[in-house]
Amino acid sequence: MSVQFPLAQTTAPVPEATRLTFGEGVVKFVRTKPLGAGGALIILAMIFVAIFATTLAPYDPYWGDYAVQFARPSAEHWFGTDEFGRDMLSRIMYGARIALFVGFVASFAGCTLGALLGVVSAYAGGKVDLLLERLMDILLAFPLLILALAIASILGPAVQNVVIAITIPIIPRAARVVRSAALSVKENPYVEAASSLGASWRRVIVQHILPNVMAPYMIMLTAQLGSAILTEAALSYLGLGAAEPTPSWGLMLSGSASSYAEKAPWIALFPGIAISLGVFGFNLFGDSLRDSLDPKLRRKG
Amino acid sequence: MGSYLAKRLLLIVPTLFGAAAMVFVIMRVIPGDVALLILGGDQAGQIDKAQLAAMHRQLGLDQPLLAQFGTWLWGVLRFDFGTSLWTGRPVIEELIRRLPVSLELAILATIVSVLLAIPFGVLAAARQDTWVDYLIRVISIGGLAIPSFWVGIVIILLLVIYFGWGPPLEYTPAWVDPWANFQQMVFPVVTVGYRYAAVTTRMTRSTLLEVMRDDYIRTAWAKGLGERAVVIRHALKNAMLPVITLIGTEFAFLIGGLVVTETVFTLNGVGRFVVDAVAHRDYPVVQALVFLIALSFVVVNLLIDLTYAWFDPRIRYR
Repeated sequence: MSVQFPLAQTTAPVPEATRLTFGEGVVKFVRTKPLGAGGALIILAMIFVAIFATTLAPYDPYWGDYAVQFARPSAEHWFGTDEFGRDMLSRIMYGARIALFVGFVASFAGCTLGALLGVVSAYAGGKVDLLLERLMDILLAFPLLILALAIASILGPAVQNVVIAITIPIIPRAARVVRSAALSVKENPYVEAASSLGASWRRVIVQHILPNVMAPYMIMLTAQLGSAILTEAALSYLGLGAAEPTPSWGLMLSGSASSYAEKAPWIALFPGIAISLGVFGFNLFGDSLRDSLDPKLRRKG
Repeated sequence: MGSYLAKRLLLIVPTLFGAAAMVFVIMRVIPGDVALLILGGDQAGQIDKAQLAAMHRQLGLDQPLLAQFGTWLWGVLRFDFGTSLWTGRPVIEELIRRLPVSLELAILATIVSVLLAIPFGVLAAARQDTWVDYLIRVISIGGLAIPSFWVGIVIILLLVIYFGWGPPLEYTPAWVDPWANFQQMVFPVVTVGYRYAAVTTRMTRSTLLEVMRDDYIRTAWAKGLGERAVVIRHALKNAMLPVITLIGTEFAFLIGGLVVTETVFTLNGVGRFVVDAVAHRDYPVVQALVFLIALSFVVVNLLIDLTYAWFDPRIRYR
């Protein structure tokens, strides 16, 4: 125990010289990465709509008014209505909740589990590493959508099942990226110092390795967010995601949309725009984040 | 090179075995009895016990799990994947009928994506943080964000509304009628090609940016070479390896079938086959296809690694 105390002392103070406050960081990000800031704006707008969907949406997304089936976009129904006379704008607003929920939960769970496996694998080395690596290889042998499709088809159509189906294929992808980052972090003298001072393996991983693989983890997380939303849309489109009448964007494009598309093209148009815009925002933000977090891509780094 | 090849080949054996085991386990945890489905589907209550037992025997489901796995694996080794519950034809026969569609789509889409991606990726990197770069990045990030099934829906919609014309539904091989084949393939190829061009453009841009910071590039600049010579002759050559890998991986992915794109364009390829099999609960087909897709993925990845090792001798000795 006596060893733990000085160790805590040596790790606590961080050189403050190059640290920016959160506000300064934001200003710098907006100035140097205007595209990323645009992406962040789209994400914030989407989160805002999702949170306040109940007050923002003009109609109940589940309530169908058969008097106004296939109504054209108008002042009453900005985005028109679908085959049940449900307001498309309201359904798209509520759809933001599903997209964000599935996107955030699946990519967070997948990347976190993957990152932990990657760090443990890199730190433990030897047989553990070999075993975990082979396991990840097996999972990586399946293309993302095919694996998600197979899992979703077994679990049946429901939002929580879609989350699981999307989480599992993300795990090996995150594990691989974080493992290779952790391998190089592990070679640093401070890690050796910590373990030779008697720090437990858990302490070394949590205190010394994890904070230093945060950059690849964050890059992976933002990259997977957009992809998770897209995968959710694809699964729902194929009828393996959320079940009717859940207002999922992908589901809105399946079945009814394409069969009525000639008569009411807005049914097929707006959910697609919503998906594209949302994923676009996440990708734009993730891209710029990678540019500024990855030292290899920094200008004159 | 010989020992590297042997090592890599040995390594894919456990991966493929693991993949086979995983597919088998996944298909066995499915709730519901396949035999019941074949016999009567919904009226499960009215099926008599003897009939059910006979069906179990016929499907080999009365055997212990390990024996079932062994039988399946032995079949896989002889390219016998059982018969489809839906059509009653051997899975491999159905697959061979659909493979040309997916293969043609994969090859054409890859060509389109490479032709677009490399020039634009180079341009974006050479003009980093200018409006050219921003424009290319916005278009390519857009390509990743727009769901390809939606692009498909919109294209079909526009064709039907404005031209009163829909792409032909029946697949015609190029050697039978090139024009009919073109009409059918051009829109899926554009849809998929745009998406993959987007991925490849981004990769080309970022690897080129990385390489452009290397010492030898500074040397090239310092000795007074022009931009074209530095970027194309010196930097691009070394930035190509990751890009080639990506193109290969994409291609592997494309052979595995474009689940959604093929569904939108009603192309009867491998991807559509997977979706149909899932919808019909045709388990032998799902099991076989998922495994075969994994197999082609692993094989293409191996080929990529071998090309890599061939190009870059440092990798072989690791």
